[in-house]
Amino acid sequence: MSAILETEGLVKRFGAVAAADGISVRVEEGTVVGLIGGNGAGKTTFLNLVTGHLAPTSGTVRFEGRDITGLPSRRITRLGICRSFQIPQVFASLTARENLLVGLGIVAMGRGAFVGSGLGGEPPEEVADRVLDRFHLAAHRDRPAGVLPEGVRKLLDVAMALSVKPRILLLDEPTSGVSADEKFALMDLVLGAIREERVTVLFVEHDMELVRTCTERVLAFHEGRVIADGPPAAVLEAPEVRRLVVGEPGLREGAC
Amino acid sequence: MSDARRTALGLLAAFAVAVAAAPLLPRWALFLVAVALGRGLVALGLLLLIRTGLVSFGQGLFFAVGAYAAGTAGSRLHVGDAVALVLLGAVAAAAVAGVLGLLLARYRTIFFAMLSLAFSMIAYGLLVESPALGSTDGFNVHPATVAGVPFAGRAEAYAPYLLALAVAAAAALALDRFQRTHLGRLAPAVRENELRVEYMGASVRNVVHLNLVIAAALAGAGGAVTALAVGHIDPEMAYWTTSGEFVFVTIVAGTSSVAAPFAGAILLELLRSYAVQHAPNTWQLVMGATMLGIILALPGGLWSIFTRRRGARP
Ligand SMILES: Nc1ncnc2c1ncn2[C@@H]1O[C@H](COP(=O)(O)OP(=O)(O)OP(=O)(O)O)[C@@H](O)[C@H]1O
Ligand SMILES: [Mg+2]
Repeated sequence: MSAILETEGLVKRFGAVAAADGISVRVEEGTVVGLIGGNGAGKTTFLNLVTGHLAPTSGTVRFEGRDITGLPSRRITRLGICRSFQIPQVFASLTARENLLVGLGIVAMGRGAFVGSGLGGEPPEEVADRVLDRFHLAAHRDRPAGVLPEGVRKLLDVAMALSVKPRILLLDEPTSGVSADEKFALMDLVLGAIREERVTVLFVEHDMELVRTCTERVLAFHEGRVIADGPPAAVLEAPEVRRLVVGEPGLREGAC
Repeated sequence: MSDARRTALGLLAAFAVAVAAAPLLPRWALFLVAVALGRGLVALGLLLLIRTGLVSFGQGLFFAVGAYAAGTAGSRLHVGDAVALVLLGAVAAAAVAGVLGLLLARYRTIFFAMLSLAFSMIAYGLLVESPALGSTDGFNVHPATVAGVPFAGRAEAYAPYLLALAVAAAAALALDRFQRTHLGRLAPAVRENELRVEYMGASVRNVVHLNLVIAAALAGAGGAVTALAVGHIDPEMAYWTTSGEFVFVTIVAGTSSVAAPFAGAILLELLRSYAVQHAPNTWQLVMGATMLGIILALPGGLWSIFTRRRGARP
């Protein structure tokens, strides 16, 4: 298998804090990778660096072998790296369907179409309806995203990222804000949709049960460093991970 | 019936009624409507900006650029055709916005408003100091022709009225269509969440820049229409109170329909002519009270009377 995403010595300093402190990881194409770590471990910062929202202090990001360090996030998105957000980033006054149509319309414009689908593409309106169906969002189709419950908005945020057919999807705590008994159903839904599209996935998660069952590989972060990397069972049992990550439920607050 | 079709039919119906009503209207009303529609075009551009999340207090700049371009082309270059002059006004204003947009598109909220205001004040200053353009007095515009027929005699009253109607209807229809394209849909998305727009793969700055240019083109067309209808232009068109009135019209009318700015502009002109006749010293008072009443009673603008009722229907 080849690496779809590769970072080398990624460092990001905010004043005295090193939110990323030399992160080197390889993500193989087609895998589902979990990213764990306590509060402030640098998980969101890592996603921000990979997607171009933040420029690294030093280090490189490669996507499919190509150096993408420092590219703006819109360029990186168009290359096929999409993400969802810890706090859902939706268009509050637009309906759920219109939210999806923003990204789908941008894709259609990439095919040269200003209305409709463009050559060889599917009409965005049809794709939007299908995505809404698959994510069980059809009932919310014409409601403004701003009035949807937190969990539904979270799902819409993920659906928006997946709708534009990324090559790799980065999910920042997709199940936070979702009640405990709905978490697994939600992840099943997300991962089911993802498997159909054969997308590589890296998702940040605090629920260790979910990580154990849903991933094939886990990265554990602590203070901006990778402290463990391997199959879920091995990583979750590692003493350092148990001490620094698993045994530290803590509060979960924070922005993207 | 789709929204797009309903809007198109509504606009065409309003256009047809207005054309048919022309022979019934007194001269002053034809003039008033022509002037109002010219200003309504500027407000239509502002509607697009407001939907993008921006309020410009300097649209008078583009209004004046359109008017001066049309006026200068008419008198110096002897371009007579009114439609060509309106297009020229639109293109000139769009070109200015293309350049100023390089800076304006970087700013939002009050900074954007103040920067747009600053540009318009500079333009006003330049026009006042340009003897070649008549300085504070401005200059008279050569009567134009429509399809070769001059704006004179009987046609003098009708021609500007019909020209303004045609330009307003075409612009409203085109803007409504644009807003239903993939590109047009990005305007409200930018207003709601710029971060997400970038993360869906589009450049927020390009979207803002483009919408600035479109709004300026509409303001330029409005300036040209006004210049041809009034027959005279002066730097007052770029003055900040003129820009303020455009914002006034757009907010009072509401931004839910492309027809609203025109309805708002006609209402303002009626109010103005009434107030000037009957209460010349309290004109500002009337305008302020109107604004206050509408903000309190109809926060969505006058047009929300229609949309609210439609929304309530089962
Ligand atoms: N924009 C910023 N400016 C300053 N410091 C920041 C910024 N973003 C993150 N940090 C700091 O960097 C560190 C890592 O933050 P990050 O948000 O990446 O953590 P996280 O692993 O996502 O945590 P959580 O589980 O709470 O979401 C924290 O100490 C945080 O305070
Ligand atoms: Mg985080």
